[in-house]
Amino acid sequence: MTELAISIQNLSFSYPDGHPALHEINLDLCRGDKVALVGPNGAGKSTLLIHLNGILPRQSGQIQVCGLDLSPKTVGRVRALVGLVFQSPDDQLFSPTVFEDVAYGPIYQGLPADQVKARVMQALHMVHMEAYDRRVSHHLSVGEKKRIAIATVLAMQPEILVLDEPSAGLDPRARRGLIELLRELPQTMIVATHDLPLVKELLPRTVIMDDGRVVADGFTHDILNNEPLLSEHGLEKPA
Amino acid sequence: MHAHFLDPYQDRRSLVHQLDARIKLVLVVAFILTTALTPMGAWPVYVLLLALALAAELVSELGIGFYLKRALLALPFVLAALPVLVTIPGTPLLQLPFGLSISAAGLERFLSISLKSWISVQMAVLLASTAPFPTLLMAMRALRLPRLLVAIIGLMWRYLFVMVDEALRLMRAREARSSHSDQPGLKAGGKLVWRARVTGGMAGSLFLRSLERSDRIYNAMLSRGYDGEVRTLPTPAISPGEWVTLGIGLAVLCSLLALSQWLR
Repeated sequence: MTELAISIQNLSFSYPDGHPALHEINLDLCRGDKVALVGPNGAGKSTLLIHLNGILPRQSGQIQVCGLDLSPKTVGRVRALVGLVFQSPDDQLFSPTVFEDVAYGPIYQGLPADQVKARVMQALHMVHMEAYDRRVSHHLSVGEKKRIAIATVLAMQPEILVLDEPSAGLDPRARRGLIELLRELPQTMIVATHDLPLVKELLPRTVIMDDGRVVADGFTHDILNNEPLLSEHGLEKPA
Repeated sequence: MHAHFLDPYQDRRSLVHQLDARIKLVLVVAFILTTALTPMGAWPVYVLLLALALAAELVSELGIGFYLKRALLALPFVLAALPVLVTIPGTPLLQLPFGLSISAAGLERFLSISLKSWISVQMAVLLASTAPFPTLLMAMRALRLPRLLVAIIGLMWRYLFVMVDEALRLMRAREARSSHSDQPGLKAGGKLVWRARVTGGMAGSLFLRSLERSDRIYNAMLSRGYDGEVRTLPTPAISPGEWVTLGIGLAVLCSLLALSQWLR
């Protein structure tokens, strides 16, 4: 068993229209790491995140997830290990009811019905939404949708949680609730966000990306106190 | 992730591209009308029409292959024309089972319809790939098409891409959770009925969200003073040279139509 949860070597990627998105990315995450991925819009954060799930074809470089080399053969397993929570919970929740949505992953894996049910209730319990299993996703508040979206990946029992802008569009109370929830979750975590106060509170390590490159990687405390570095990449030191 | 592949416009600097969209729209509609009005079996006229289409395609610098590929769109029309093979009475050429037979008149009509739809679709493809969509909307307005209709077509075009992007994002989210268990002996993928239900749910939520979006768009239009009347800036004038092009084009099409009548 390797200690590295994620290992990315020399990963480069250009979109089909020729627009380069990632240049020679190198990044290692140990098990239990809680990492913030910050940087301006268009820096390549989301592109990097969906690479971790094998959604985009790998053009050059290597990605290893829990010692598994990401390839068409291992992608099914990697998707269970890496729980990817998209920015918009509306994209994530595509089933009519909360239960069906959380059950999607386990059912796709072919688990027997009793295990599916157990996984769903366990995942909903972890996000404190047990009472919502029969609710219609469409009618939930943004904060509730966000929790359910996290539950949909927890149901696959991932080793790594990947979250894209988790606090975007949340009111202060829902944001506070989300921070407390993320603090409770034991998984290795990589969070792309513009919410630097959240980073300061929750994630001990910070990676800055700009223009498709990793430009800084270190302790959150050091990076968030380095004002010249922050302003160079369009970020502001949190109060 | 954006659905650019839906936009048929191909940016070039050719003469066909530079021609005003209004002239192009009128000429293409007139061309398709001429093709439709040409009687069955007027083969020489078909050849001339095809020659015109090919000439325009060559001038547009997109290559004949591009058009031939896109003109496969005509295939469904050809399928719809299949029954005429056996329903037109006449001298039987070929006996089929079930007492059906292909007649010479039926074959002539079938080939005529296929050829005509193939030529027409090529011209429609030419129009769509050489005129950016907004200029086509302008051309429709200039031709006094009902403004509301043009506005609806314009909004459809604008939000079609938004909706396709949304559908792509939904499918990406589904893909991200289509995973394999570490328990041995399990077959991933789920049952066909379940997968169909999931896809149905996705279609449903896409519909609900489009409906909500249309409400938001309408409110945004109202807040900027929309009162049911679509107003636009006056369209620019057409240059004398382009009037001449239009005149020549229409004259050629009229003479082709006359020729087809004379050949009959």
